[in-house]
Amino acid sequence: MKRRVSRMVLAATAGAAGLSILLSSALPGKPGPAIPQPSVRRLTEAQYRNVIADIFGSGVEVVGRFEPDMRVDGLAAVGSSAVSITASGLEQYDAIARHVVAQVFTPENRARLVGCAPGASDPDGGICAADVIKRIGLRLFRRPLSIGEVRAGVAETLSASDALGNFDDGLGATLVGMLTSPSFLFRIDTPGRSGPPGAIDAYSKATRLSFLLWNTSPDDTLLAAAASGAIDGPEGLRAEVDRMIAAPRFTDGARAFFDDFLQLSDIDHLSKDALIYPAFSTSVAAATREQTLRTITDLLIDHRGDYRDLFTTRRFAMTRALGPIYDIPVSQPGWSIHEFPAGDPRIGLLTQASLLALHAHPGRTSPTLRGKAIRETLLCQKIPSPPANVNFAVVQDVNNPTLKTTRQRLEAHLDDEECASCHKATDGLGLGLEQFDGAGQFRRTEHDIPIDVTGKFDKVPFDGVANLGQLFHDSPKVSECLVSSVWRYANGRNVQAEDQPAIDTLNRGFATNGYRFVDLMRTIALDPTFYAMQRLPAAGAITTARATSSKRNAS
Amino acid sequence: MRHSISRRGFVLRGVLGGAAVTVGIPILDAFLDDNGAAFAASMGGGSLPVRFGTWFWGCGMIPERWVPQKAGANYDLPPQLEPIRAVQQHVSVLSGFDVILDGKANLPHISGNTAVRTGEAAETWQAITAPTFDVLISDAIGSGSYSRALDLSLDGNPQTSYSFRNGSTINASVPSPMELYEKVFGADFHDPNRADFKPDPKFLVRKSVLSGVAEQRRALLAKVGSADRIRLDQYFTSVREIEENLSLKLQKPPRAEACVRPDAPAPIKGDITDIGVRKANHKLMTQLLGMALTCNQTRVFNMNFDTAAAELRRAGDTTGYHQSTHEELIDRSLGYQPTVDKFALGTMEAWADFVQTLADVKEGAGTLLDNMLVVAHSEVSLAKNHDVAGIPVMLAGRAGGRVKPGLHVKGSGEPISRIGLTAQQIMGVPVDSWGGGAMRSNRPVSEILV
Repeated sequence: MKRRVSRMVLAATAGAAGLSILLSSALPGKPGPAIPQPSVRRLTEAQYRNVIADIFGSGVEVVGRFEPDMRVDGLAAVGSSAVSITASGLEQYDAIARHVVAQVFTPENRARLVGCAPGASDPDGGICAADVIKRIGLRLFRRPLSIGEVRAGVAETLSASDALGNFDDGLGATLVGMLTSPSFLFRIDTPGRSGPPGAIDAYSKATRLSFLLWNTSPDDTLLAAAASGAIDGPEGLRAEVDRMIAAPRFTDGARAFFDDFLQLSDIDHLSKDALIYPAFSTSVAAATREQTLRTITDLLIDHRGDYRDLFTTRRFAMTRALGPIYDIPVSQPGWSIHEFPAGDPRIGLLTQASLLALHAHPGRTSPTLRGKAIRETLLCQKIPSPPANVNFAVVQDVNNPTLKTTRQRLEAHLDDEECASCHKATDGLGLGLEQFDGAGQFRRTEHDIPIDVTGKFDKVPFDGVANLGQLFHDSPKVSECLVSSVWRYANGRNVQAEDQPAIDTLNRGFATNGYRFVDLMRTIALDPTFYAMQRLPAAGAITTARATSSKRNAS
Repeated sequence: MRHSISRRGFVLRGVLGGAAVTVGIPILDAFLDDNGAAFAASMGGGSLPVRFGTWFWGCGMIPERWVPQKAGANYDLPPQLEPIRAVQQHVSVLSGFDVILDGKANLPHISGNTAVRTGEAAETWQAITAPTFDVLISDAIGSGSYSRALDLSLDGNPQTSYSFRNGSTINASVPSPMELYEKVFGADFHDPNRADFKPDPKFLVRKSVLSGVAEQRRALLAKVGSADRIRLDQYFTSVREIEENLSLKLQKPPRAEACVRPDAPAPIKGDITDIGVRKANHKLMTQLLGMALTCNQTRVFNMNFDTAAAELRRAGDTTGYHQSTHEELIDRSLGYQPTVDKFALGTMEAWADFVQTLADVKEGAGTLLDNMLVVAHSEVSLAKNHDVAGIPVMLAGRAGGRVKPGLHVKGSGEPISRIGLTAQQIMGVPVDSWGGGAMRSNRPVSEILV
C-alpha cells in the first residue's frame, strides 16, 4: 500500500512538472481550440458555515480550523478556483464533519433532522437511510443524488451499522463521508444536456446564483426551480433573482463580497501593541470589521444607496466596544447607526478603524501600507514589490531632531528616484490619513507638530480626509474597480481580454442606474454569460498560471 | 491508482458477513494483513525511526557577526552564534551557500525562501510548481505514521507555512501549542504503550467511508480541465493519506519506550509577537513536538519560529524586528544595527533551546536528536537589503548515524539547493540531482555525510 501511494504522489508531481512544460512550450499566437470547462471552486470557510447552518440549523456548531483561503489579486473568491485540499486540511474537514454529525443525532435534534429509524416495516433501516441520504444529499451536493450514489450510501450505512452496533452511528458515518466528499467541498459545474455549448445545467446555475447572492447553497425553492427547469428560462430566472435579492439573506451575500473585497478577514490575525494602543484589543478588532460591514449594508442594501457615497458618509455603524477608538460615548447596547456631525474628521470608509488599523504597523502608522492597500483594493491598481536592496534608514529615526513627523521622514526618503516612483503613489494617499494613528484613533499632532494632511489624488490637490473622500466619490476609477471586483468575485477568476466588453457594459449600467450595488448584482445574476463555462485553450489551460500576485506579499 | 471497488467491497462484504452485532475480529485481522507491513517498515521494525524536520526563522542574521571563520569541527562562534555554544557538538553551520536568482526578480522575503525550499526562485507564488524538499521527504517517509507531517507556527496564524506541494497547495500550520496538543495527544491519541490494544471498529468504518469518497476520483477527473485535474488529484491524494493513517490506527503500534502522554499545556499569557513570549511558547511547542516524535505520531515536521520578514517585536516598541532591519541606523561605534542584533541573538537562543530540548530526550542508547535531521534556515542573510547570497543554514542531529554533526562548511557561493538535495538523500529520497535552472545540482554536501 505504501508503495502505491508514493507512486500516486509521484504521478501528481510529474503532472505539475508537465504543466510548466506545456506552458513554456506554448507558442504565442497559436492558441489551441477553446474548450468550455467547468469551474471548480473550493467552498470558503464562510460558505461552509452557512451551508451547515442552513441544512442543520444555526444551533449546530461548526468547530475547527479550516484550510486557509488564498487570495489571488486580492480576492479569495478568485483563489477558490486555484486551491486544493491538503491532507492536514482534509483531516480538519473530517474532524469538523464528525463534530457536526454528532450533533445531528442528539436527542434534541434527531427527530427534526433524521426523523426516521429502523422499525417493523424497515427492520435494518435501509429505507430510512435512503430517505435521509437523498434529502441531505440534495442540499449538500446541490443536486439530486444518483440512484447509484443513494444505493452506495445505504450499503455503507448498513455495513457500518453492523460494525458499530447501531443504526445512528452507521448513518452518521455515511453523513461524515458526504461532508468530506468533493461533491460538497468543491463546487464543480455540470455541463447542461441541452442549450448552447458551454452552458451549465440548471442545478449548477442555481448553485452559482445562490453563492453569488446569498453566499450559501441553494434553498429548497431554488432547487425546485432547478428541478422544474424554470430557471433555464428568463422569466423563471428573473423571479428567483428578485426573490433572493428581496430576502434578508441578500445582506449576507453582500457582506461576503465586501469582506473579501476589503480583505477584512486579515483582521483575525491583527494585533496591536497593548502598551502603545491600550484601547485596542482582539474584541475591538472584530468590532471594527463588523462596523465596516454594517456601515456598508446600511447604505447599499437597506437604503439602496449609491456606492460612491460610501466615501462621504457620516453614518457609521457603532457599538460600545468602539467608543474608546472613536472617542465618543456609546450608550445603546448592541449595534446602532451613529451619525457624525458635519466637520467631524470621521467621514467615509477611509476613516473607519478597520482599514486604518489593518494597514498599519503594530506600534505605529504606515502611510505606505495604507496607500498601497487603498490603491490595490479600492482602485484595483498594482503596486510592485519594493526593490530588494533599499536603504530605509532615514525613515526610521523616530527621534530625529529635524524630521519630526512621519511625512517629513518619508519625504526625505523620496529623494531616491527608484523609491519615489512607487512611494509617490502610495505615500501621498496614506499621508492624507495620518491624523489617524495605528489603531485608527484621531490625533492632530505628532511630536507636538500639527499633522499635515494635504496631498494630491490624480493630480487634484486635497487637504484632509474629507476632501480625499470626495475625490474618491467622484473618481470613475473607484466605481470601475468595484465593478470589476464584483465580476471577478462572481466568476471566481480574473478578467481576460475577451471579458472586457461585458465589463464595459456593466460599468455603463452601473453609472446609469446611480451606482446601486444591488442593481449591479442583479445585472450579473441575470446575465447569461454568468452561467457559461469559461472557454480555455485545450493545451496549457491554466487559470492559476495567469495570476500575478497572491496573499503572500510579505513586506 | 487502484481506488479499487474490489478492496472496498471486500471490507463491506467482510463486515456484513461477520457476526451480526459485534465486530468480526477475524475480518479485521484479514484486513490488517493487507497493510500490516506499514508500521514495521516505517517505524523501524526494531531499530528506531529517523525523523526529519525544518526549523525556520525570519530576517536572517548579520553576516560579520554570525559566520564562523574556521571551517570543520570546533569552529569558532561569532557573537550571534554564541547562544549555540552548549549544543555546538550537535550543530553544523552551513555558510556561504547562495540563492542564484537566474535573472528573476528578488521578491523581498519570498524569493530566498522559495529557492531554499524548492531549489528555484519563482516570481509569483502561483508560478511555483515544485514541492518543497520537506514535502518530498514526507512523501518518502511520512506515510507510516499518524500524521504525514506536523506543520507548526507560533504566530497564531495557520497560514504561516513554508511547506507546500506548489504555490496554491500550502500545508497549513497548527498555530499554537494548545492546538498541537489537541491534534496529537487529544481524544484520538494512539498510545503506543497501551497494553490492551484492540482495534476500534470506528476507524475501520471511517476508512471504508473514505474509500467510498475515493471512488469518485475517476469520474470527477474526467469532467474537468487539466489544471483542475491536478487540484482534484491533490484532494484524492489527501484522501488516500488519511485512509492510510486510519489503517495504522487499526494496528497495534510498536512500543515506544520513551513515550509518555504529556499533560495539556497551559496557555502562556502575553503578546505572542513579543520575542520573550514567543520563546516561551516555542519551548512549549518544542516539548510537545519532541514527545510527538518519541511517540511515533509523525516523522516529519516544520517548525516556524516566526514569519519570513519576522513579525517579532518587543512589547511597547513602536518599531518591530522587520522594520528595524531596514530602518535602524548602523551604530558607528559598534559597526552594526544594535536592535537587529538583539533580535537575531534572541532567535539563536531559541534555536539552541530547540536543539537542547530534543537532545535531552533519551531514546534507545542515545537521544531523540541522534535519530533526527533538522535543517534550520532563514529567507535572507542580511535582512537590511534582502540579501539572498549566503542565506544561513544549520543542521542538527545525526540522522541515525548517517550524518556527522558539529561542523562548519563554507559554501563559497555554491547553490544552496545542494543542501536540500543532501537532506533528501540522507532521508532516503531516491534523487540524484535537484533544483531548477542555475540552481540545479547533483552534488550533496559530502563533508557532513558519514
